[in-house]
Amino acid sequence: MSARMVEVRAKVLKQNDLLARTLRERFRREGTCVVGLVSSPGSGKTAFLEKLLAGLAQDSRVAALVGDLATENDAARLRRATPDVRQINTGTVCHLDAQMVEKALESWHLDRIDFLFIENVGNLVCPSSYDLGEELRFVLLSATEGEDKPLKYPTIFNSSDVAIITKMDLAEAAEFDLPAARRNIDSVRPGMQVFEVSAKTGFGMQAVFDFLHAQLARARQPQVAATRA
Amino acid sequence: MHELSIAISMIDQITEESESRGGLDVEAVHLKLGAFSGVDKEALLFAYELACEGSLLEGSRLVIETIPLVIYCDACQKNRVPPSLYQLSCPECGSPGQKIVSGREIEVTSLEVAA
Repeated sequence: MSARMVEVRAKVLKQNDLLARTLRERFRREGTCVVGLVSSPGSGKTAFLEKLLAGLAQDSRVAALVGDLATENDAARLRRATPDVRQINTGTVCHLDAQMVEKALESWHLDRIDFLFIENVGNLVCPSSYDLGEELRFVLLSATEGEDKPLKYPTIFNSSDVAIITKMDLAEAAEFDLPAARRNIDSVRPGMQVFEVSAKTGFGMQAVFDFLHAQLARARQPQVAATRA
Repeated sequence: MHELSIAISMIDQITEESESRGGLDVEAVHLKLGAFSGVDKEALLFAYELACEGSLLEGSRLVIETIPLVIYCDACQKNRVPPSLYQLSCPECGSPGQKIVSGREIEVTSLEVAA
């Protein structure tokens, strides 16, 4: 039987990308700085986020969405810092997508939130394909995981904007090669900004707070350029 | 393993496309898949077959064309293929490559339909 070709040219994740774009516009309009967090399981995302929320909550309004396959444990932990925490249980799905984020935001007043963090499911592969509408994506790498993680998962490191090296208090015990880790990050995402932190001791956290405050201030500056169009 | 989610998105999209054209008997789907898309080719082929069961696309073939990672070298002012997926630098001058030209695609390009 003969066949004919039909041209299609359709991005498979178009639906997700369109929704993510709508979310991003909404976040910008409401003045909320939205940061996505990705990492492998056990790299300290929740501990880092706990410190981040507690620190920023001193002078800002903070909220978080946390994705996990199951359990409400992470949300319960984070609620010690702010009541505005929602858990997204993905069931068997290994990543968050824009639709899950949109649904989880229902009835939240974004204009009353300065910083919203979206903690993805612990996974260094799948989340890289899904835009969630976040302004910035942080990829976390713990000192105990080894310095070659960026080389093994280049796609997710490249799709992120900032790298956070966590558990720096354990770096010496784990014989973590920090210069190599930084070299590897720079190899997969040249020029990427890197922070070294320990959520346990609080080491390096202030630099992250300062960075986020600067981001928020920049986002809320009157858009001079935009009026020209 | 998000290849199953990708396959389901593909099937939804093609089903919609088919309906808008009055129903197509799809024999094969051609897909461009970037080497830097984060999607594994073999896993996608496997997931596609599973996801197609009971759908309009049951029994269709998935034909995947892999698109290499290409970066733009500011120093050479040329598109270059980096030495590997984990070393985003120019193979000629060694400059770091900040801009990805191609290699992230997950795109259905055409359908082969029974005439």
